[in-house]
Amino acid sequence: MRWENYTSLPEQYRNQRVFDGCGISGFINIDGSRVSGDKVIDMISILKERENGLGAGFAAYGIYPKYKDYYAFHFLFDTIAAKTNTLHYLGNNGTIIASEAIPTNTPTNIDNPPIIWRAFFDPKKSNNLEPDEIILKIVMEINANINNAFVMSSGKDMGVFKGNGWSHEIADFYMISGYNAYMWLAHSRFPTNTPGWWGGAHPFNLLNCSVIHNGEITSYGTNQRYLSSYGYKCTLFTDTEVIAYLFDLLCRKHKLPLSIATMALAPPLYDEIEKLDKKDQIILKSIRATYRSAMLNGPFSIVVGYSNPVPTMIGLTDRKKLRPLVAAISDDENTIYMSSEEASFKRLTSSNNNFSMKEIWHPKSGTATIAMLGKGLVRNGLEPSLMKLKSKYEGGLVNGNCA
Amino acid sequence: MAIVHEILNYFKVEINREQCKKCKRCVNHCSYGVLSFNGEKIVSDDQKCVACQRCAVMCPGNAIRIVQNESFLPPHGNYTRKIRNIIWAQSGDGGVLLAATGNDRPIRSIFDDLLLDACQVTNPSIDPLREKIETKIFFGRRPEKLTFVSDQDDLEGVSLKTKLMPNFEMDMPIMVGHMSLGSISYNACHAIYKAAKELNIVAGTGEGGLHPDFFEYAPNIITEVASGRFGVDLNYLHNAAALEIKIGQGAKPGHGGHLPGEKVSSLISQTRMIPKGSDALSPYPHHDIYSIEDLAQLIAALKEATRYKVPVGVKIAAVHNSAPIAVGIVRGGADFLTLDGFRGGTGAAPRIIRNHAGIPIELAIAAVDERLRQEGLRDQVTLIAGGSIRYSADLIKAIALGADIGMCAMPVLIAMGCRVCQQCFRGLCSWGIATQQKYLVKRLDVDIAKNRIKNLFHSWNEELKEVLGAMGIDSVESLRSNRDRLRYIGPNPHIAEILGVKHAGE
Ligand code: SF4
Ligand code: SF4
Repeated sequence: MRWENYTSLPEQYRNQRVFDGCGISGFINIDGSRVSGDKVIDMISILKERENGLGAGFAAYGIYPKYKDYYAFHFLFDTIAAKTNTLHYLGNNGTIIASEAIPTNTPTNIDNPPIIWRAFFDPKKSNNLEPDEIILKIVMEINANINNAFVMSSGKDMGVFKGNGWSHEIADFYMISGYNAYMWLAHSRFPTNTPGWWGGAHPFNLLNCSVIHNGEITSYGTNQRYLSSYGYKCTLFTDTEVIAYLFDLLCRKHKLPLSIATMALAPPLYDEIEKLDKKDQIILKSIRATYRSAMLNGPFSIVVGYSNPVPTMIGLTDRKKLRPLVAAISDDENTIYMSSEEASFKRLTSSNNNFSMKEIWHPKSGTATIAMLGKGLVRNGLEPSLMKLKSKYEGGLVNGNCA
Repeated sequence: MAIVHEILNYFKVEINREQCKKCKRCVNHCSYGVLSFNGEKIVSDDQKCVACQRCAVMCPGNAIRIVQNESFLPPHGNYTRKIRNIIWAQSGDGGVLLAATGNDRPIRSIFDDLLLDACQVTNPSIDPLREKIETKIFFGRRPEKLTFVSDQDDLEGVSLKTKLMPNFEMDMPIMVGHMSLGSISYNACHAIYKAAKELNIVAGTGEGGLHPDFFEYAPNIITEVASGRFGVDLNYLHNAAALEIKIGQGAKPGHGGHLPGEKVSSLISQTRMIPKGSDALSPYPHHDIYSIEDLAQLIAALKEATRYKVPVGVKIAAVHNSAPIAVGIVRGGADFLTLDGFRGGTGAAPRIIRNHAGIPIELAIAAVDERLRQEGLRDQVTLIAGGSIRYSADLIKAIALGADIGMCAMPVLIAMGCRVCQQCFRGLCSWGIATQQKYLVKRLDVDIAKNRIKNLFHSWNEELKEVLGAMGIDSVESLRSNRDRLRYIGPNPHIAEILGVKHAGE
C-alpha cells in the first residue's frame, strides 16, 4: 500500500489523464440476498496480471439497510481540518444523521494514514432542486473546493472503498469481508503514467451509480465538452469520471431507460441499423443523431452498478470489443457475474465443489448485458440492439432518409 | 479618368520555336487575348497573361511554358511588388480593386500549426481497411434529449415520444460551399450537383437561384436566401434539402454578393430574375434584417413557407464577435450555422475586404463551439465551417476543433481544372468554370468534372478514416470537438489557449 496521495495527485501529475489497464469483476444476487465481500475479493485478486499495486477498490450495494433512506457519503481526508470543514459544509446544507470513521486495518507503523469517514445525510428540501441534484452539487463542491477532502461515494445504501495498493491489500485494509451486499463491484489497476492516488482509484461513483472500467476513452474530449454544457466538471482527468457522468446525465437527468442509454453510449453501426425495420431504424437513428456526443469511443469494458430505482448491474464494451468482458450465471440462476477474465469464475468454482456456473458466455461487442434485482438477466449481451424490447415510437425522425 | 500606367507583368509566355507547329490552337484557347499569330509566328502580349496555363496544356507540341517575369523591380521589403502594383492600378483607374478566389496574403495558417494524435500501446488503433469506421452524419437540429417512456408493467416496453426536427443523412462530413450559377458556369454547377448526389453529401447553390434543370438534385442541395433575394420563389424554396440565409461570406464580410454584368448572360438573367448584362449587386445587409429579431422572423417565415420539412440555417462570416452572434442565431431558431473564415473564396470581391476583413476560421470554430456549449446549445445544432479547408488535413482539424461539417469550394474548382489564376470576376475563365461564355463553358466536360470531384472527396473521406483509425476512433462523431486529440506547434501559445488545445509536448 502507498500511504500518500489520498485526496489528490502530486502537483506535477495533475491535469494529466490517467491511462491504465485494469481488472474488473462484479456480481448481483437477483433475490437481493446479501453476501460477504469474500467472493468478490477472490474474483478480483486472481486477476493479478492486470494490476501493479497502484490502486484497487470495491463498491457494495445494500450495506447500510439501517440508513437506507439517507445519502451515504464515503470520504477521504488528508487532515482533521478537511474533515471538520466538510462536515461543517454538509451540516449547512442538510442534516447529518450519523457520522463516523469507517473501520480500517491501518498498520500501526504508518505516520500519516488517510482519515476515512462516512456520514449519512439528509439534504435540505429545496423547491427547485431534486435531492439528487443537491447531492450532485455538494459532491462537485467538496471535490473541487474543499482542500484535502474527497468524496468516494454518495449513493444510498451503498458505498465505495478504494485506495492505492493491491486489491487484496485494499480488501484487508477496509475489511471488505465484513460487509454484506447484494451487489458487489471490484476493480484493480495498472496505471501507466502516474503513481496513482487514492481518490483516483475505481470504482468511480456519483449518487447511486458506480463505474469500474478497463480501457481508454478516445472520445474523451468530445464527451467531456458535451458534459460541460450540463455543468459536469471533469476535474479528475480519468475517463471513468466521464462514463459515470454520462450515465448520470442519460439515466437520471434525461430519464432514458437503461437499455436505451447503453445504446447511446455504444450505438449499433449504421450498417446494422439499415438492416432493421423502419420503426427500429427511426428509434436508433434518433438516438444516434441526438446523442452523438455521448457516444464512447476507444477500447473499454465497464461494469456499472446502478440503483435508481431498481438495483441493476450493467456490463458494456466498446463497439469493437477491444477490452474483454465475460459473463456467467450461477446454477441456481440467482447470481449474475461479470468479469474481465473467466479466471474470476474458475476461482469461485474451483474453491467450492458444491458450486458451479450454469453458463459462461461472452457478450457481444457494444452490446449491454443487464441484470436487475428481482428481474434477473434482462439482456444477455448477445441480442441485437432492440431485440426483446417492445419498442414503439410516436415521434421519431422526420425527413430522415429512413422516414 | 483612367490613366493607364504600364505595370510590370508577372508572367511571360515562352514559346519553343522548334517545337511549335504553328497550329494556332493556343490562340483559340487563350480567352485573355494574350496570343496571336502574326502571319509568321505566334506572338504574345505578356501584359495580359494570367498564367491560367490553358495554352500550355492544350499545345500539341508541348511548346509553351509560362514563366515568371524575371525583369526586376528595385527590391523593397515593405513596398513589395504587390503593393506597388496596387498603387499603380488604383492611380490608373481610381476605383475599388476587385479580386477573386480567397485571401492571397501569406498569413500563417493555424491549421498548419496543429498536429494530430495517434494511438500507441494503451489504446489500439483501428485499421479502416479491416474494420468499420463510420463517417455518416446527420444534418439538422436535434432535441436536447429524447423522451422515452418505459412501460411500468413491462420493463421491456419502451416508447419514443420525441419527434425530431427535420434532419437528413450525409455519407461524409463534407459540403461543397456556395457558388452561384453566374459566378460559375452551368456545367460547373451541374458537375458539382451530380457529384453531391452520387456521394450523398450536399452542395450550396450560392445566391444565384436554382435553374429548373437542377431541381432533380434538390435532395442534395442547400439553397441560399441572400440579401438580393435573387431567384427566390416558392419553387426555389421547395427544391432544397435545407435553406440557408446568407448574412455574410468569409471573403467579404459586410458585403453583398457581387456578380459583374459581364457574367449575366440570358441563362443567368432567367435564373436570377434580373435583366441581362446588369451587375447583380446584392445589398450589403438584408434590408429586412437590421437586428436579431428580424433574422428570427425570416427564419420562421422560411420554415413556415417550407412547412417545417427542411432545416433552415444561417451563414455568417467569421468576424470578431462571431461567438455571441452565433448564440443569437441559434436562439433565433436556426437549425444549422455556417461559419465562413477570412480565407474563404469568392468569385468577385473588393480586394481590400477580401484581404483584410474577418478572422481565421480555426479561431471562429473554437470560439463559437465553446460559447454555444456555455449556453447549452451546441449539441442541438449542426455547425458547418469553411474558408479555407484546402485538403483533408484541414477538414479533420476543423472537425476536431468543433465543426460537424467542413465546407469547401476552391478544392472543388481546382479538381475541375481551375488553376487559381484569380480572374474569376472577369468571366473569361479559360477552363469553362467561372464564365458564362458558351464557347468556354463547353470546355468543361460535366461527367469528367463530376468524377474528379467524387474522387477528391472519396480520398478525403478515406484519409479521414485513416486518421480516425490511428486515433482509435470508429465514428467521426467522436472526433468532433475532441480537442484533446490536437496539439499546437505554432509560434503563439495564446492561439492554443483560444483554441482550447494544448501545446505539443504537454
Ligand atoms: S498551340 Fe503550341 S504548337 Fe500550336 S501554335 Fe500554339 S504554341 Fe504552336
Ligand atoms: S475558376 Fe477559372 S478564372 Fe477562376 S481562378 Fe480558376 S481558372 Fe482562374
